[in-house]
Amino acid sequence: MKMDRFAHLGNWVLERFPLAKVWEEHMTHYYAPRNFNIWYFFGSLALLVMVNQFITGILLTMNYKPDAKLAFDSVEYIMRDVNWGWLIRYMHSTGASAFFIVVYLHMFRGLIYGSFKQPRELIWIFGMLIFVCLMAEAFMGYLLPWGQMSYWGAQVIISLFSAIPVVGDDLSLWIRGDYVVSDATLNRFFAFHVISVPLILVMLVFLHIVALHEVGSNNPDGIEIKKYKNEQGIPLDGIPFHPYYTVKDIVGVAVFLIFFATVIFYMPEMGGYFLEHANFIPADPLKTPEHIAPVWYFTPFYAILRAIPDKFAGVIGMGGAIVVLFLLPWLDRNPVKSIRYRGGLFKKALLLFVISFIGLGYLGTQPATPTATIMARIFTSVYFGFFLLMPIYTRWEKTKPVPNRVTEEHSLEEQLPLLIEEITELHHPSASEIDHPAFRSTFFSRRPDPDRIKNVFTRYIKNLKESLD
Amino acid sequence: MKTISTLLLLLALTFSAHAEQAVDLQSPDLDPTDKTSLLRGTKHFVTYCLGCHSAKYMRYLKIALDTNVDEKVMLKDIAPEGASIYDTLSSAMNKHDAEKWFGTQPPDLSLIARSRGADWLYSYLKSYYLDDSRPFGVNNKVFLDTAMPNPFWQLQGDQHLVHKKTIWGEHTTLVNDDIGTLSEQEFDQLVTDLVNFLVYVGEPVQQERQSLGKFVLAFLLLFLVIAYMLKKEYWKDVHRND
Repeated sequence: MKMDRFAHLGNWVLERFPLAKVWEEHMTHYYAPRNFNIWYFFGSLALLVMVNQFITGILLTMNYKPDAKLAFDSVEYIMRDVNWGWLIRYMHSTGASAFFIVVYLHMFRGLIYGSFKQPRELIWIFGMLIFVCLMAEAFMGYLLPWGQMSYWGAQVIISLFSAIPVVGDDLSLWIRGDYVVSDATLNRFFAFHVISVPLILVMLVFLHIVALHEVGSNNPDGIEIKKYKNEQGIPLDGIPFHPYYTVKDIVGVAVFLIFFATVIFYMPEMGGYFLEHANFIPADPLKTPEHIAPVWYFTPFYAILRAIPDKFAGVIGMGGAIVVLFLLPWLDRNPVKSIRYRGGLFKKALLLFVISFIGLGYLGTQPATPTATIMARIFTSVYFGFFLLMPIYTRWEKTKPVPNRVTEEHSLEEQLPLLIEEITELHHPSASEIDHPAFRSTFFSRRPDPDRIKNVFTRYIKNLKESLD
Repeated sequence: MKTISTLLLLLALTFSAHAEQAVDLQSPDLDPTDKTSLLRGTKHFVTYCLGCHSAKYMRYLKIALDTNVDEKVMLKDIAPEGASIYDTLSSAMNKHDAEKWFGTQPPDLSLIARSRGADWLYSYLKSYYLDDSRPFGVNNKVFLDTAMPNPFWQLQGDQHLVHKKTIWGEHTTLVNDDIGTLSEQEFDQLVTDLVNFLVYVGEPVQQERQSLGKFVLAFLLLFLVIAYMLKKEYWKDVHRND
């Protein structure tokens, strides 16, 4: 009887709402390529971190006070007197850094497998808009604890707007709502951080996914699985997203959470990178800290800003470093998507780009000594060179032929049994060894052959390298 | 805008001259699980620091709970007279007096271990030396021209700054020539206990956080195994190119 009623209610809803249709379209009948590798975890992980930020963020606002006099104290009360407040706050602060780690890796995935290329340009644009929103969100959120770094970081970044000719000073004044960062700034940043930006973020994520599901996912081979379909119109190389990738993503979630929990419970400050030491001192408008460094995820762009001698040019350079990413689909002239079939030229350019991006990130955390400035200038040129010279060097590339169907992944789990077998295989004793008094002790019974282990390792590493290429 | 240009000038200065001088810091042997050390540290804090500095986020009750000490014992032996168990560790010194006497307000010490670090605090407290040019007759090797007088001058005895020229250049050491009321080991222990307490005050939840972490990680590992088995089971039917 009772079950009938529930079923009845369920049907009543389903007759009026396309729940089943949406579920089918985006989950059970959304066909994803079956050769996704480790790089494809970061999209779902980004979603997970976003949900984490929303939930912990809402809990934090229940106890946080957006007031220049109370903000710092309220954060400390959350850490000490609110039940589980410390956990919620560490989840939120670690989540901010985790968000950027996951998003940077997600973007890098797009870069190496050409996920930004035709027909996925719009997905990339939406993704970049999410990235910009995320930066705004993180920047405004960082002011809220009202520590020294919160305050002076915001002071420096907002003053950048004053470099814009003619309207600059008025613009930065308008943004701050005061001549210096103050209570007015804190209040408006709070409003943006908890309402406007998250709202835009959610909308953009929705658009990002809708656009993705229209054209279908790319894959490590960079081929369109929709070209080869069976009689039912299902891509031959596609598998339903649910249950295959939902169960696979849960594994990714578990691994991610292990790292995430390790940071939260054992190193929440992450050596001053996730929570800066100077931010445990309340904001003091009269005392400039000796070394102002933004949080690690902004440092590559901050290093570009400092590398350029003129202030206005520096601001343009920093903005340009982000704008140029938007143009990526039109800068890369090579039709081959995946790095597996691209020429050495692109691989080398990409390597230089990665080195310069990490280099800039490191330099951004350090004081600007003359050597550091020169290094930052070199890295900045490489950064822009990678993008702006792309229309030229991608035409010269000698690409490899792209297969029609997805290739087989030699996953690590398939390699491991082979390795274990090799190691544990019995070694046939020679006559002299049989005579040895220690024979039949464990010393002889399981002694592997070092040469063969070496061979297996070489093969293993070669496969690993190939899968990365 | 004038404010902004001054600000940028300040910034430029801070970038060009990285003022913090490099001093070799000593590391104390801290044990945050040692409750008797924490209690000794609390006592030292009340005796030597609370006159000027507060730890305004900390209550006597919280310390009593975390160190398994009876509230009455806390009030009788450790807290200053007249304090309630629900009070925070706040100093009785008046703001205006502080500015008049020291030229600045002594900072709240609740989070000092998180902003400065344990090594810095330990080295700082041990690095006072005689210097007639300073208002209190002492200076500090770790924090030059500090406004704080040496709170332990009776215990540690006077230290002198000695310049030494070696093949690696000139360097300075501190020499203790006047024996204080404590021996060197006793004094080191006192400073260690105090720093241990300050680290605890910086994040009272630290012990709980770390012990809870073990269970969370154990659960996640188990969850990973089950999730992986589930994935394996489902992916059995994903076949290779046929």
